Amino acid sequence: MSFKRKDLLGLAALSSEEMALILEAAESFQEVSGREIKKVPALRGKTVVNLFFEPSTRTRTSFELAAKRLSADVVNFSPSSSSVVKGETLLDTARNIESMQADILVLRHSSAGAAETLARNSRLSVINAGDGWHEHPTQALSDLLTIREKKGQVRDLQVAIVGDLAHSRVARSNIHALTKMGANVRVVGPPTMIPLSLHRLGVTVHHDFDKAISGVDVVLMLRLQLERQGRSLFPSIREYARLYGLTSERMERAAKDVLVMHPGPVNRGVEIAHDVVDGASAVILDQVANGVAVRMGLMYLLSQRN
Amino acid sequence: MANDMKILITGGHVIDPGQWNGMADVLIEEGKISAVEPNLRQKFQKVKGLKTIDAQGLLVCPGFVDVHVHFREPGFEYKETIATGSAAAVAGGFTSVCCMPNTHPVNDSRSITEFILAQAAAAGKARVFPIGAITKGSKGEELAEIGELLDAGCVAISDDGAPVMNSLVMRRAMEYASAFHLPVVDHCEDSMLSRGGSMHEGAVSTELGIPGIPKAAEEVMVARNIALAELTGSRLHLPHVSTVGSVRMVREAKGRGIPVTAEACPHHFSLTDEAVRSYDANAKMNPPLRTDEDVQAVKEGLRDNTIDVVATDHAPHAVQEKQLEFDAAPFGIIGLETAFPLTLNLVEEGLLSLEQAIAKLTREPARVFDLPHGTILPGVEADVTLIDPNATWVVDPARLHSLSRNTPFAGWTMKGRVVTTLVNGNVVYDRNET
Repeated sequence: MSFKRKDLLGLAALSSEEMALILEAAESFQEVSGREIKKVPALRGKTVVNLFFEPSTRTRTSFELAAKRLSADVVNFSPSSSSVVKGETLLDTARNIESMQADILVLRHSSAGAAETLARNSRLSVINAGDGWHEHPTQALSDLLTIREKKGQVRDLQVAIVGDLAHSRVARSNIHALTKMGANVRVVGPPTMIPLSLHRLGVTVHHDFDKAISGVDVVLMLRLQLERQGRSLFPSIREYARLYGLTSERMERAAKDVLVMHPGPVNRGVEIAHDVVDGASAVILDQVANGVAVRMGLMYLLSQRN
Repeated sequence: MANDMKILITGGHVIDPGQWNGMADVLIEEGKISAVEPNLRQKFQKVKGLKTIDAQGLLVCPGFVDVHVHFREPGFEYKETIATGSAAAVAGGFTSVCCMPNTHPVNDSRSITEFILAQAAAAGKARVFPIGAITKGSKGEELAEIGELLDAGCVAISDDGAPVMNSLVMRRAMEYASAFHLPVVDHCEDSMLSRGGSMHEGAVSTELGIPGIPKAAEEVMVARNIALAELTGSRLHLPHVSTVGSVRMVREAKGRGIPVTAEACPHHFSLTDEAVRSYDANAKMNPPLRTDEDVQAVKEGLRDNTIDVVATDHAPHAVQEKQLEFDAAPFGIIGLETAFPLTLNLVEEGLLSLEQAIAKLTREPARVFDLPHGTILPGVEADVTLIDPNATWVVDPARLHSLSRNTPFAGWTMKGRVVTTLVNGNVVYDRNET
């Protein structure tokens, strides 16, 4: 089987076989980043444009490194404001980039569906690097690769995703990725942060972290958007940390070899206690390393399409 | 065309809800209906200067009345003008339309009302009845000069698009309007509950990651407005009812004799939030497309007359605006040219009789806003719509008469097509000539 898609817009539409294909490609590129000369010629002569409408350092850097290690030419384009403010539509921006004969467009945008709309109207291969609260597929694939690396497989693992599920694209992509790969997913958070009918995506919903963490093999902590305080989603950071923060006491209820994951950047002492971030169970930096490999694998597959 | 012409519409199936349902000829003299009877042809065939319109195989109905359109003039003429809007109206069989005041400037004054009426007269297509603002600038703070608006030609008041959030202001508006027996129309939306939302809040919005608008945002305001109508005795008209709970509350209020009327839009009984899955902003309107359960409730409300009228909420927006990201694109779709066939679907489904469906487009909306139209009783001004109920056609947005193209029904095969529309005895739309 080969990867036939023009774009990667989200994991909701991907089969487990397609995800496995991306992970295999990623694994084959993992060692490149460990070489002294971190470069292979797979994308030589190709142009990758990082179009980021939202501020991002780590995701953009990860895509940029991935493209460069594949020998592609990379251009970063970070309009400071959305197209609405700028007066140029997103589609017009994309058409301009298309006219410059780019091959892959990596898009980060604050509006859900932006990548899908753009992909439908463009010849470019579009990679969704995060669209609103919708999806962040390469992050979830990095997480999947990390879990597979540490646990051998994903099937039948007990995974808890904890925090602000409502506003998290990482959560949505991970729910699709993990459930399709056969994990059992429980989501944990205050009801104000659990969107309506989330159970329909094949997860169980919990509000009591102490109970929900019991026996889990993987706990994926979501970043708390501190600026959401004051919008009645949670009373205070103090109370949030007390009810939904991951501490070493809470971790004792989990499986012995539990993995602690976080998409970063971490609010130390809020969603994860300081000692847990630096503890043996945390694989947060492996996620980052695997992010580069996943993006390399994905861009390689997309460029092989024709 | 001179109004002294005599016109005979012959051989059609006339449906004037509550008055006539059967084969008949319709005679128009001096712009007014003068007779609706079978076999008028024999009686009048020798009259000089008689123009005959052959309606064999067609339905002959009173011109449709739409109590909810947005014609964007003054201020947003790139979306729609009164001329293009009224051309779309008559192409959809509508001879009377009531235009919402959310223009720029807002229609909160005699001069804007008179401007709208003058533009409508110049366009010479549909009758246009302005709806005046409830509050100055539709800011929800101070009452507009409602008496003067009525005097200038407004038929109702509304701050449509901007709900009147302050309940005391709404109470005073209802009390004040009741002196003139004027219907008060409130777009029911708690703007705190809906803030940031772009589609119905539910399973689909959760999956798509689009901020949602909960049903409760509409329902708490429906409940408030019904309570205020009960308190003040004012006439209350609820536009675009879209949820199970709203239908239930209107039904209960009507049962207790509260003077409330309600409308449903064709998109709210034809589509669900599943239509948003492709992130097509042509499926974005407010209130948003809801769930199947809500569609069924709206239909049941139409069937048992909890919902009095079908209205379009015709809301034109330019192509470039609807091409924006889903959350940035404006709310609203055009509806005048697709409303009839979508309503006819309810007849095909067996939900309404043909006469009931026509009533919700004619007699009932005229009653809700006290318009002397929506019927072809002898003596009334001759607004007549001729329809081929069996004609099928495919919606091609480029061929619609509206200046805008924002319809979620592009590519749909529709059954039922408007053939000829007359206003005041003049043919203002003839499909064979376009």
